[in-house]
Amino acid sequence: MKKTLLFSFITVFTLLSRANFNTDTSKYKAETSVIKADADNAGLILPGGFGALKVATGLGEARHITVTLQGDIYVKLSNVYKGKTIYYLHDNNSDGRAEVQTGFGNYTGTGIAVKNGYLYASSDEEVFRYKLNAGNKVINPEKPEKIITGLLSRHQHESKSIALDNEGNIYVNIGAYSNSCQEKDRSKGSMGIMPCPILDSAGGIWKFKADKLNQTYGDGTRYATGLRNVVGLDWNNTTNSLFVMQHGRDGLHDLFPDLYDTKQSAELPAECMYELKQGVNCGWPYIYYDHIQRKKIINPEYGGDGKKTTTENIIDPVAAFPGHMAPNGLLFYTGNMFPEKYKNGAFIAFHGSWNRSPEPQKGYFVAFVPFKDGKPSGDWEIFADNFAGGEAFVSPSKAKHRPCGLAQGPDGSLYISDDSGGTIYRIIYTGK
Amino acid sequence: MKKIVISIFIFCPFAVLAQTNIKPSIERGKTLYETYCLTCHQDDGGGVPKLNPPLIKTSYVSGDKKKLIKWVLQGTTDKIAIDGKFYSNNMAPQDNLKDDEIADVLTYIRNSFGNKGSAVTPAEVKTVRATIK
Ligand code: HEC
Repeated sequence: MKKTLLFSFITVFTLLSRANFNTDTSKYKAETSVIKADADNAGLILPGGFGALKVATGLGEARHITVTLQGDIYVKLSNVYKGKTIYYLHDNNSDGRAEVQTGFGNYTGTGIAVKNGYLYASSDEEVFRYKLNAGNKVINPEKPEKIITGLLSRHQHESKSIALDNEGNIYVNIGAYSNSCQEKDRSKGSMGIMPCPILDSAGGIWKFKADKLNQTYGDGTRYATGLRNVVGLDWNNTTNSLFVMQHGRDGLHDLFPDLYDTKQSAELPAECMYELKQGVNCGWPYIYYDHIQRKKIINPEYGGDGKKTTTENIIDPVAAFPGHMAPNGLLFYTGNMFPEKYKNGAFIAFHGSWNRSPEPQKGYFVAFVPFKDGKPSGDWEIFADNFAGGEAFVSPSKAKHRPCGLAQGPDGSLYISDDSGGTIYRIIYTGK
Repeated sequence: MKKIVISIFIFCPFAVLAQTNIKPSIERGKTLYETYCLTCHQDDGGGVPKLNPPLIKTSYVSGDKKKLIKWVLQGTTDKIAIDGKFYSNNMAPQDNLKDDEIADVLTYIRNSFGNKGSAVTPAEVKTVRATIK
């Protein structure tokens, strides 16, 4: 009896998974057979076998994006485009371009995510959510629920980016309204305030409930501190933990010319990827990470000289990148479309630097870091390049496009938003 | 035709004179700009979108010199719209620069990046500085 039961269970299971498998592949085939990369790969430079197309253009400041199981896109804008600040993009005829562009929302911002039947979106002070129907469409675009309110926004590092875990929590970045907590922000030689008062209400990641209304500081917890500003962050389902990309401090040479030359100042400090566990400290403003010495160095505002290391309990980054490239998007790839090497690895959208002059600026590309067992398993590499268009340049206002947000489509395509030209790119793999 | 010839005759010497007068100031200003302003406002004066404003034909650079001098001496952490747009960064006060240095750097930006403006003199900076604090 037991055996037959087990047997029938297995049969049902196999049938079920096969059915699933079948529909999945047919859908996948149907999609990839029509969707073609643009002849010029949308102006991007990609590894062999990859292609790119423009799903939409001219949306303005397209910050973060999310793609539903149906392949529809939600984009959060930091400007007002045709009177609206969130766009729902739908491809009507399966050619890969979004003919349908429906706007809603009247608050500018950065964060957007879909989780458990809700769309979450943030302004620079608040987080809202919208109930979705079975097709993942917003039911009432004019009446979102306000779940978080009253977050600090003092213009510098003001964007609130968001990520959700699988236990009903939402994580929000509250960036520091300062470069290095100097008495006088960005003034040459001005020293750091001890202890830095900004850390009470900013310079970290805060954790809130995803389903409770009108929460503010008192309802949340400071999940991690010592993070100057985070724009790109993602919940990693393999490690079941939050990963963030920090924007490192500016102006080591401008503020302390006796300690740093312009070349060091362009390269330092590292832009860091951290894995965050509750209560960790990443060290801002007291230290920065030097990826060349591979050390946590005390900031000059706090008595550092470019060499002195810290003895405080501050975590190490899991990966470090050259300075000032401004990581604005982070995505762990779990799709099946790209080759095996990309599975569970991290894509990072580097918005591009402004703080490396007189050296040429850097970034303006999407990078990739391979992961194995929840840790980087190799060096980072450039995945998609040439967003800025043209050769090395010095002035950021000349960049045509700047990658900002990342999302994965149901078929495993990678989507990239651009907050400079308002283009939504889709990257597909067509190689063998 | 006659008129053109006459006007060239009349205005040319003045233009040349003005040019030669402010050229050294522009040159000194360029060096100062590279040290104190370039990181934020960039080598082409184009600024950084959303972060640091451009210095190309803005109402501050091309407008009232007193207002320009005051701005650069004081900097700002308040968010002030520049020709209708907001910029996230803070500008540190540049009051550690001497009167002649402020004059040179402002003369430089008023005559670079496509801007064309009269020189700023150390005396003008001195007058404005006296009104601050
Ligand atoms: C740390 C970055 C930074 C540095 C260094 C800096 N500025 Fe600025 N500057 C700004 C920002 C940011 C604003 C706009 C602030 C606002 O709108 O609230 C600004 C505004 C201005 C303006 C008025 C607006 C406009 O675009 O015309 C002028 C003029 C100006 N800066 C000139 C200078 C000069 C000259 C120097 C060097 C002596 C300098 N700045 C150094 C960041 C900087």
